[in-house]
Amino acid sequence: MGFRIDLNGLKREPVETVPDEERREFLKMGLALTGVFAGGTVLSFVSRFGDVFASPERYAEEYPYKPHYSMVIRQDRCIDCERCVEACRETNHVAEYGYRTTILERFVPDAIGQKREFIPVLCNQCNNPPCVRACPTKATYKDRKTGIILMREYKCIGCKTCVEACPYDARYFNEERHAIDKCVFCYDTRLTKGESLTACAAACPAGVRVFGDLSDPESEVFQMVHQIQKPVWVLRPEAGTKPNVFYTKG
Amino acid sequence: MANNTRSIKATSLLGGLVRSFNGDVLTEWQKSLTGFLSGNRSFYITLGIGFLIVYAAAIAGFDAMRIGYRHAYGITREIPWGILISTYIFFVVTSTGLCIVSSIGHVFGVKAFMPIAQRAVFLSIVTIFAGFTVIFFDIENPFRMALYNVISPNLTSNIWWMGTLYGAYMLFMAVEFGFILLKRHRLAMYAGLAGLISGISAHSNLGAIFGMLHSREYWFGPYMPIYFIASAMMSGCATIIFFTWLGYRVNNERVDRPMERAMEVVAKLSALMIAVLLFFTTWKILTGLVGAPGKVEAIKAMLFGPYAINFWVFEVALGMVIPFIILLRSGFRNLNAAFLASAMMIVGIFFMRYDLVLLGQVVPAYHELGVREFPSILRYMPSFHEIAITVGGMGIVGAAFLLGEKVFQGHKSDIH
Repeated sequence: MGFRIDLNGLKREPVETVPDEERREFLKMGLALTGVFAGGTVLSFVSRFGDVFASPERYAEEYPYKPHYSMVIRQDRCIDCERCVEACRETNHVAEYGYRTTILERFVPDAIGQKREFIPVLCNQCNNPPCVRACPTKATYKDRKTGIILMREYKCIGCKTCVEACPYDARYFNEERHAIDKCVFCYDTRLTKGESLTACAAACPAGVRVFGDLSDPESEVFQMVHQIQKPVWVLRPEAGTKPNVFYTKG
Repeated sequence: MANNTRSIKATSLLGGLVRSFNGDVLTEWQKSLTGFLSGNRSFYITLGIGFLIVYAAAIAGFDAMRIGYRHAYGITREIPWGILISTYIFFVVTSTGLCIVSSIGHVFGVKAFMPIAQRAVFLSIVTIFAGFTVIFFDIENPFRMALYNVISPNLTSNIWWMGTLYGAYMLFMAVEFGFILLKRHRLAMYAGLAGLISGISAHSNLGAIFGMLHSREYWFGPYMPIYFIASAMMSGCATIIFFTWLGYRVNNERVDRPMERAMEVVAKLSALMIAVLLFFTTWKILTGLVGAPGKVEAIKAMLFGPYAINFWVFEVALGMVIPFIILLRSGFRNLNAAFLASAMMIVGIFFMRYDLVLLGQVVPAYHELGVREFPSILRYMPSFHEIAITVGGMGIVGAAFLLGEKVFQGHKSDIH
């Protein structure tokens, strides 16, 4: 026995009026149908959404970090003021010859209208981190609680294999620390000291960097990632790293 | 009962070993000393130059440590592996190759290969030592490595396996050489087998360090571990021909018939390995040209870009095609021709390692974004310190080779 929907009896309901909860339920159903839930490898029609994650439930099961720290970068808002880079440098004592986060500049002379855009980059705190696999002495590891890729500096032998392994150019050897230095979402300098934002996210005047807990459905990052109206993508999805830094526009 | 037999066996083994350290061994040591003192003037001058090179390189290495590798070397954040890594690979590939070639006679009993075995085992220890010395000056905290490789191993890391297995390999090869000197040939054979197994495992893991970096398209895939083993054999053949020829010069001796035969078969094996490598290289290029953009860029840099001279002149012409023609034309019988071919191959192989390490890094991580920071492929130039350490590694091999020829009297073991 199936059931029938009386299509004529439905009332007209624009997307804007649908409550969030209901919209999410609807999306889940749609994603289940398109196979995105099956394992996060099927492409969704608007973005690299499917490359990024599976269903919230599956995702939480597979990557059970709590809080699951994540960042969404609203790329088109970046004006390259570099306050994030400076804040990071100051907060984390980043060497002058290195960086934990930087802003790349894309210049497209043939583009209609705007010809320049800025792309902030940092460690993607991958769920499948190539650096962690490659490290011979477990000097770099994925924190079981938060999912952040941390360093045990005293174990780093300086072979730089993790630098080679990283698809995001997120690591460099720091002479003063005698170890590889990288973004840790300000874990030691802010998050464990009661702050809720990374230095870069707090310093950004344009709200480019949205930082939060991907395991909390109420968080801004969760809501920005779990929607399909706006494109959400990750960098170098072909590397299969399942990043926790997402990009969006609009 | 079984326990009893085992303990008897163990006792007799021990007894045998003890017996080996009897007067014969003492006279052997005396012979070694007189052997060393038997060199002529030019021998000691060459040896002295070798030691001077090693000494100068050591000064350069410790100076680099003092001022920091970031300042002393040409490496960057984007290209953290330079000529020191490629030289390390050059030496350990050679070592593994020598081990494989020596094992054909020594472990698997192919008679024709026997005469080269002792020299090959000796040189395999020397070259791996040279490799370790060079990488010592590349790793930022080598002393931490000794500790945390043991107490904090990461079993998913190829570099951990490579380091550990090469450590074991060096030990087995040293034990094998010791047994050869003590004329305990059966034990030497077992140690050689252990060395061969650990060497091949270590070496394919070295290939896998590159092959399993899935963000580096030029390296990624099963090609690297396989290619490393194949090229090790080519390297081993070239090196043993090169140093055997030189060894007879140093000792001022005529090559005897069995050694002539051995050189002939090794020369044939060299030609075969060149053919194998030409095949590998051809398919690496052809598959690379239709692959991911990162790989295509690297292959283009190799074929037409800044690495074209390295590739075409050194790798292809000097490393493979010309030696192949020389070997073929000489009918594998002319020792001088084989020596020339092997010298060319060694130079070519050095460039093969260099290009392999650098080409995997020249395509920037974000090159597909088309950002201004990374407009084209990245550049690297070895610094003075890096070149000095590289030459120092060669100095170690040269000096140790010369010393070995005299101390071990031309490596004439009577392995049967």
